[in-house]
Amino acid sequence: MSNINTEVNICGVVMKNPVTTASGTFGSGREFSEFVDLNKLGAVTVKGVASEPWKGNNAPRIAEVYGGMLNSVGLQNPGAEYFINNDIPFLRQFDTKIIVNICGHSIEEYCKAAEMLSDSDVDLFELNISCPNVSQGGITFGTVPSMAEKVVSEVKKHCKKPLIVKLTPNVTDITEIARAAVSGGADGLSLINTLLGMKIDIKRRKPVLFNKVGGFSGPAVKPVAVRMVYQVCKAVDVPVIGMGGISNYEDAIEFIMAGATAVAVGTANFNNPFATAEVVEGIEKYMIENSIKDLSEIRGIID
Amino acid sequence: MKKIEYAEILINDKIADDIYSMTLFSPFIAKEAKAGQFVEVYTGLGEHILPRPISISEIDSQNGKITLVYQIVGKGTEYFSKCPIGDLIKIMGPCGNGFEIKKNAKKHILVGGGIGIPPLVQLCRDIKGKAVVFLGAKSNPVLTDKFRKLGAEVYIASDDGSIGFKGNVVELMKEIKPEGDMVYSCGPKIMLKFLAQWAKENNIPVQVSMEERMACGIGACVGCAVKIRKKGESDWQNLKVCKDGPVFMGDEVMWDE
Repeated sequence: MSNINTEVNICGVVMKNPVTTASGTFGSGREFSEFVDLNKLGAVTVKGVASEPWKGNNAPRIAEVYGGMLNSVGLQNPGAEYFINNDIPFLRQFDTKIIVNICGHSIEEYCKAAEMLSDSDVDLFELNISCPNVSQGGITFGTVPSMAEKVVSEVKKHCKKPLIVKLTPNVTDITEIARAAVSGGADGLSLINTLLGMKIDIKRRKPVLFNKVGGFSGPAVKPVAVRMVYQVCKAVDVPVIGMGGISNYEDAIEFIMAGATAVAVGTANFNNPFATAEVVEGIEKYMIENSIKDLSEIRGIID
Repeated sequence: MKKIEYAEILINDKIADDIYSMTLFSPFIAKEAKAGQFVEVYTGLGEHILPRPISISEIDSQNGKITLVYQIVGKGTEYFSKCPIGDLIKIMGPCGNGFEIKKNAKKHILVGGGIGIPPLVQLCRDIKGKAVVFLGAKSNPVLTDKFRKLGAEVYIASDDGSIGFKGNVVELMKEIKPEGDMVYSCGPKIMLKFLAQWAKENNIPVQVSMEERMACGIGACVGCAVKIRKKGESDWQNLKVCKDGPVFMGDEVMWDE
């Protein structure tokens, strides 16, 4: 252990290891802290926070599919004020970084949330311009490069923390959006958000989700995510948090080899509440067994 | 406090068409659980990323055993039905709030429909005082003898009339006109909705155990939403069936939304 260094630097913030959580799969850590020592994680990325409380979509919001799941939660959240008063004090009891995911329906709402959270005790912002489950805002900003650049540059004016922009895979060329976000001022990128999917109940002849369509995540999406992280890391020069189907350390190492600086565990938390801590331990073991002193030795080693 | 246990399967018997009763050796959960709570059961297969929430039917804390009565509704529950005795199965729990037994009540009314009947068995056992039980199903409600053995006054309804009253449990209750201090219920949403209406008309509080498609089972993912308007509050909110429920007060659920 002593001769390996698992630390990574994301936009000037040093995480003790590269493992965080994918927004929306881990709440604000409270529920999972019954299973995982949050001190073990490099960072906790919390569920999306908006300037005001959001009620989310109608149920059913969840459908299982082969090797993954669909969700159409719609970013239900109690709002920035509640988050600041309740979740930040909880998370600050632990030695882990806090990445706050910010959502909005409009540029104004994103900016307002960023402003409200800027003076709070969090380490990084993750701008969610990629949620497939909200009708206005969200994904619209993530699929049109000029819109992505505009929302990032506006939010950047209101934010005093490093800004990571979370990208959607539901585009023709993800590197175009990645470049647009960086030219708008993104300090880092995270990807992928969920793939838009659908499931039909053939007995009832209806979609399973009330919203008809939802975000597809889980182990089944991993190859798509690894490919996109690889492409984006080649295209831009900012640090990337890779995610999409990571369930174990082998998956995490794939993303790092594709170029990711940090990795996030998402849907796997539902299958295995210990998944995050197991990925941390697995990476350490892998480094020792392969005589890797620092993750920079393997980061982006794929040509 | 919740834990993951690898529980030994002690019994896994078919008790009706597509319905199985599985007894597990699960000492932590058996010690912690109360009536109306549920466990998340994992198939362990790669294609099933999500656990299946199943209510706890009986708790034997002294011997570390819990019993789950489940219906085959898909590939996950079908898999459970084929698990042999002696195998270990991964479960997490106890999840959710469970029923709140009304103290000093003289008479309790329990209402179960279909696969909503099982969690009422443990409740019936835990209740002190008299219990009147209404059980309904499409044709043959399960576990009726369990309630009789516990000394409850049991009324049976079936949609097709193959046993007991022909019709649903709420129609049966309108005939029997039971009196009580609290109603506890679990069953299909449509049954719970009409029951909540009956309870309101008869001025008896009603606890309803709800069901929704869920992922994490611990309140983190916010997948299993139910619309609730708390007493005295003008606005409604989406609460989590897994953590805020599964048991809610019937007059707080927005049934038609």
